[in-house]
Amino acid sequence: MSEKRLPLSQQIILQLLNAFIAFTVLVPIMWVVSLSLDPRDLSRPPDFRLIPPGASLDAYRRVLDKPTNNPVTFTELALNQFKLAGGVALFSVAIGVFAAYAFSRFEFAGRKILMLGMIMVLMLPGIATIAPLFVMLNSVNINLGEIQFNLRNSLGGVGLAMVSGALPFSVWNLKGYLDTIPRELEEAARIDGAGPNQTFFLIILPLAVPSLAVVGFLGFLGGWTEFALSWMFLTNPKDFTLAMSLYNMVGQYSADTPWSAFSAMALMVATPVALVYLALQKYIVGGLTLGGVKS
Amino acid sequence: MATISGNLPRPAPQAPTGFRLWWQRTTNARAAYLYLIPAFAMMAIITFYPMGYQVWMSFTDYGVRSLNPNSKTYQAPNVVGVQNYADIFKGDLAKKVQNFDFWKLLTFNLVWTFTNVPVHVVLGVLIAVLLNTPGLWLKKAYRAIYILPMVIPTLVVATVWKNLFDPQNGGINKLLASAFTPLIQAGQGVGLFQDVNLDTVFRIRWFDQIDAPFFADAQLPLVSFWILVVMAVGVGLALIKLRVPYATPLNIGLGVLVLGYGVIALEMPLSYYAMLIANIWLGWPFMTIVATGALQSIPSDLFEAAAIDGASPRQQFLSITVPLIRPAIVPAAMLGIITTFNLFNFVYMMSAGGPIRKTEIMVTTAYSLVRGNQLYGMAAAFCVIIFFVLLGLTLLTNSITRGTERYDV
Repeated sequence: MSEKRLPLSQQIILQLLNAFIAFTVLVPIMWVVSLSLDPRDLSRPPDFRLIPPGASLDAYRRVLDKPTNNPVTFTELALNQFKLAGGVALFSVAIGVFAAYAFSRFEFAGRKILMLGMIMVLMLPGIATIAPLFVMLNSVNINLGEIQFNLRNSLGGVGLAMVSGALPFSVWNLKGYLDTIPRELEEAARIDGAGPNQTFFLIILPLAVPSLAVVGFLGFLGGWTEFALSWMFLTNPKDFTLAMSLYNMVGQYSADTPWSAFSAMALMVATPVALVYLALQKYIVGGLTLGGVKS
Repeated sequence: MATISGNLPRPAPQAPTGFRLWWQRTTNARAAYLYLIPAFAMMAIITFYPMGYQVWMSFTDYGVRSLNPNSKTYQAPNVVGVQNYADIFKGDLAKKVQNFDFWKLLTFNLVWTFTNVPVHVVLGVLIAVLLNTPGLWLKKAYRAIYILPMVIPTLVVATVWKNLFDPQNGGINKLLASAFTPLIQAGQGVGLFQDVNLDTVFRIRWFDQIDAPFFADAQLPLVSFWILVVMAVGVGLALIKLRVPYATPLNIGLGVLVLGYGVIALEMPLSYYAMLIANIWLGWPFMTIVATGALQSIPSDLFEAAAIDGASPRQQFLSITVPLIRPAIVPAAMLGIITTFNLFNFVYMMSAGGPIRKTEIMVTTAYSLVRGNQLYGMAAAFCVIIFFVLLGLTLLTNSITRGTERYDV
């Protein structure tokens, strides 16, 4: 496309407008970055400078060492969150892709009803089944004297409850992606005598790898920022996650949390997933609205 | 294919009958069910069964004592019929849960949703159009910056904004102070703003101030608000039917929105505005990206042809841009409506529903019924209600989208 030249006066006005919008977008980000560099470790720094005098990465070191009052390091928190996120991503995609294939490629009795059931679950926010999930997971107790295990009070329980919400989402999303894979290849394979299983494993699955990665990442993102369930279910500090600790730093009893520590924590939680999101952005946006268009 | 095989002499195949015929015909269906089994088995256990269990729970007085059958204080849940639902709708729940009012809650949740999403969509589309201006410098840099709110997890966004709205040293209060202090000082020099204390005026308690910032004494009965909305919608529909000039569904919808919002704004506390600002920051970039994708697929000769025919930029926007990006924006807006309606992490982290439950949305209420009040049966009933509200909302947005389709195309 040949770019037309914009008259200078218009160019200046539009540049000013864009600069203003960019400023509003960047204010919170600059705020949190500057705070995280503040070396003074005050609960509330009285003044604000873009680059605080004596800027240092001290806050990051302190957060890595011991982010909250609980004796848990950042690494342990991150590992818990990672287990949760990875588990949710893996399960929801590995199980979801089979169902997505069935919905995308087969006509069978009950297809409409099953899909409707799926969409109904999809529409319902995870919080809306929290009461029965709490009660049910709480009733799974293993008591072997030394080893006491309550499914509700464990990362596994939180993960299960999360998969219950993530699964319909990944089925629906993957179905949207699979629908866009042209059928010619499969038909060719079928003529060569391939059954549905061979078609799935040898043709569909390899072609769907990028979308599996995207939907898996969305599941991971959900797990990485999961807060509601873990905040309700988990009581043992060894199981605590990043999201819970971050909330601890701004919540009700956080008056003496240094803002520099909170900011460093916020940035360390956000940066890894933000970078991946940025890289996959094009595919994610397409996928999120795909379901609506295709249905 | 058909023509070739039609010309060939075909040996008559032996037609299978009975069971074998059925077995052959259902090969595909059987494969389909096989593929569905893992997902549906999993969902049966951790999704559908809990949902059914929830419906049963909602008719009982399931409380904290019913949790552990082995404890001494165990109390089996009693079936209480529709008591929970009655308590929620009629307001008797307020005896156990302070300041609970279902109709206020529902109204706030809808106002919250329908004041956020339109702003996201309008800002998002306008900024996408701005970025799409041919010949604009630094496009790529702006695109890279504008996407940032979308890629940062909502959880982090909410906590950072909560921090920004801190009453003592938060960034927003500081920004306001540095922007307006000179103005007020100048005013005081000429005798204005005499009762303004510069030390305290910019210590705005965004999340704790109970009084609404505008018309703090206004007390609007909720019923009259809804009567007003219904009347406005009725008048609007009549105007559309009568083909009054400018009475397009879009204009009427905007009118009802502005009117309804103008009335309800009287009662909104500051924490609503704080969350609105933060959520607008959070929400428009997604719409911009969706709109940009759609804009780039519009062939540029359409605009050139329109320009040759003498269409003004405004006309081009309304009769080319809007209809052509509509198919992409509508699903995004629907997604936005459902997401914003259920924006748990954000609301819980920022205002936690405060002050006095004025900014509580339905999902945060359900959460606090379980976690704070431990009224499991009541929470179950509440979640069943959420389900029907969401169903209604989805059907409503669907029908509105279809209803406006004719106008644009």
